[in-house]
Amino acid sequence: MEVGMVSGIRDMIVAKEVHKWFDRLHVLKGVSLTVKSGEVVVVFGPSGSGKSTFIRTINRLEEHQRGTIIVDGIELTNDIRNIAAIRREIGMVFQQFNLFPHLTVIQNIALAPMWVRRWSREQSEQIAMDLLRRVGIPEQAHKYPAQLSGGQQQRVAIARALAMQPKIMLFDEPTSALDPEMIKEVLDVMTQLAKSGMTMICVTHEMGFANAVANRMVFMDGGQIIEEGTPEQIFKNPQQDRTKLFLSQILH
Amino acid sequence: MTTMADTLGPPRASVGMLGWLRKNLFSTWYNSVLTIVSLWLIYTVVGQLLVWAFTTARWEVITANLRLFMVGPFPPEQVWRVWFVLCIVSVMMGLSAGVFGGTMRTFAVWLAASYATLIVLDLIAEQGRPFADFSRRVAEGGAGQFWVALPGVVWLAANLALLALSWISGRGRAKWRARIIFAWLGSFFVTVALLQGYGRGTWLPEIGTNLWGGLLLTFMLSVVSIVVSFPLGVLLALGRRSQLPAIKIFSVLYIELVRGVPLVTILYMTQIMLPLFLPGQLRIDNVTRAMAGMTLFTAAYMAENVRGGLQAIPTGQIEAAHAVGLNDALTTLLIVLPQALRMVIPATVGLFISLFKDTTLAVIVALLELLGVGRSVLAQSEFLGLQMEVYIFIAAIFFVFSYAMSFASYRVEEALGVGKR
Repeated sequence: MEVGMVSGIRDMIVAKEVHKWFDRLHVLKGVSLTVKSGEVVVVFGPSGSGKSTFIRTINRLEEHQRGTIIVDGIELTNDIRNIAAIRREIGMVFQQFNLFPHLTVIQNIALAPMWVRRWSREQSEQIAMDLLRRVGIPEQAHKYPAQLSGGQQQRVAIARALAMQPKIMLFDEPTSALDPEMIKEVLDVMTQLAKSGMTMICVTHEMGFANAVANRMVFMDGGQIIEEGTPEQIFKNPQQDRTKLFLSQILH
Repeated sequence: MTTMADTLGPPRASVGMLGWLRKNLFSTWYNSVLTIVSLWLIYTVVGQLLVWAFTTARWEVITANLRLFMVGPFPPEQVWRVWFVLCIVSVMMGLSAGVFGGTMRTFAVWLAASYATLIVLDLIAEQGRPFADFSRRVAEGGAGQFWVALPGVVWLAANLALLALSWISGRGRAKWRARIIFAWLGSFFVTVALLQGYGRGTWLPEIGTNLWGGLLLTFMLSVVSIVVSFPLGVLLALGRRSQLPAIKIFSVLYIELVRGVPLVTILYMTQIMLPLFLPGQLRIDNVTRAMAGMTLFTAAYMAENVRGGLQAIPTGQIEAAHAVGLNDALTTLLIVLPQALRMVIPATVGLFISLFKDTTLAVIVALLELLGVGRSVLAQSEFLGLQMEVYIFIAAIFFVFSYAMSFASYRVEEALGVGKR
């Protein structure tokens, strides 16, 4: 089975009225979103709008205080078994890559399959090499992350997330920390992934990518979803004023 | 039309040795004066020291009491057991060098060089006739005296040979890695068993630990304390960061209390209080009590070192580990600790070196480690007044091993790529 293919279309992520506070600061004010399998959703908005916080609540890197989140039928509660089961189904790619510096590239990728799925070293490394070929850098397998360029590191991070054969991929501003000439190589991998049928939520400012690949775009501001629609609808015909304002600021 | 300028060489006095001297030692007039004054100081001080060392110093205080310095009041007929322990260490070092290569190989080379140096020094001390004493004692005492009277040179040469042989046999056998690590652990227990012995009148009669002394005792105290305090310190550091209140409070209390008192008071307390805490039948000897005290003391400092390392790990690492499905235990074991421990190697080795030298405090609890032996040697009537020789010798031994630890830590850091990745 190809990575990311799910049998039948179903609701992969159902978030209902999600609220989150950091101490007294109300950062998510009732966010509701449903993502079906195979959908690519791009979340965009000004900084501080809660978009990163929201996707981090989905795999419990942040805890939500009110509302429900259901991932592939499993509800996200304080039960560690639920959390572990959900995290196994979700792969995440971070803005700062967060590769493990003391391990080689191939060890970075093979770590989780070996220790979480308990597959053998040979099998895990085989999977790792396949993924490295898929993201285009098989020759870097035995280097350490510090020896790679930013774009290569992010591609390794994508491979590492894919190694657990997740059903959902979350991207938290994956290209924001990259030099411009390296953005394309990462976006190409993400595009390829989207075309292969992976369910993806991307927080990003790359509007070109959104236009080309997204099934749906979600504009967030001030902890709420202001507007949702297909890329065509959002770019050609934004309904809300705040959406129009933001788009005018970033599409110059 | 312009012609290319000729490529000239740099001025003679600005490169190479001359250039270095000019730039670093004689760059300005006051630097030149300082250089000359320093050179004169070095010449007089070191010169005097060397002259003293080779003429008026009476080194026989060392050579006559070498056994005392090395093993203290250990029964002379049983010293072969200590040599045997050294043989075990040589074999393990050789095997490790062969199997692991890299840093272990460097250590093994240095060990071999040390053996060679000691053999040469011994031959000089014995004036080229190391077997004189041996033949006499075997003639007098019969075959039983063989192992007892065997001269140190022979043991050293045997160790050198064992080191080389085990190195050769270990080469290329990468599959033995796990076994070698267990073997090191096992050899520690074998060492203790060998030194302790059992029963009376057997081939391995029992020797109470109160008879351990000199460098042997210093090593035993340091090695046990270092090896046990390391995992204990890591556990305490993790405990201090734990969310569970009971563990956290215990760790904090332990660390702050132990750090708040001098090592001497801890040694006293373990001497007096440890027997009170244990069931009546269980009696712990002096040496074990001292080991316990030093271990508990070092563990508290170790914990704070490790905590510093843990704090320096970016939260993104933990988030990435969680995102990929690792639970808390695996995250700590595979991601956080390897990075944190690499970071604190300099501080940790500094702690171990301090510990090695702090074993001299054991004299306060009536243990005759190296310094204690030195002082008791000086109390002998024929060696009165030879403080310089004895203390310089002891200082030299401490320096050699402390520097060895320091050098080892630097090599380990290089091997692990600390600071580079």
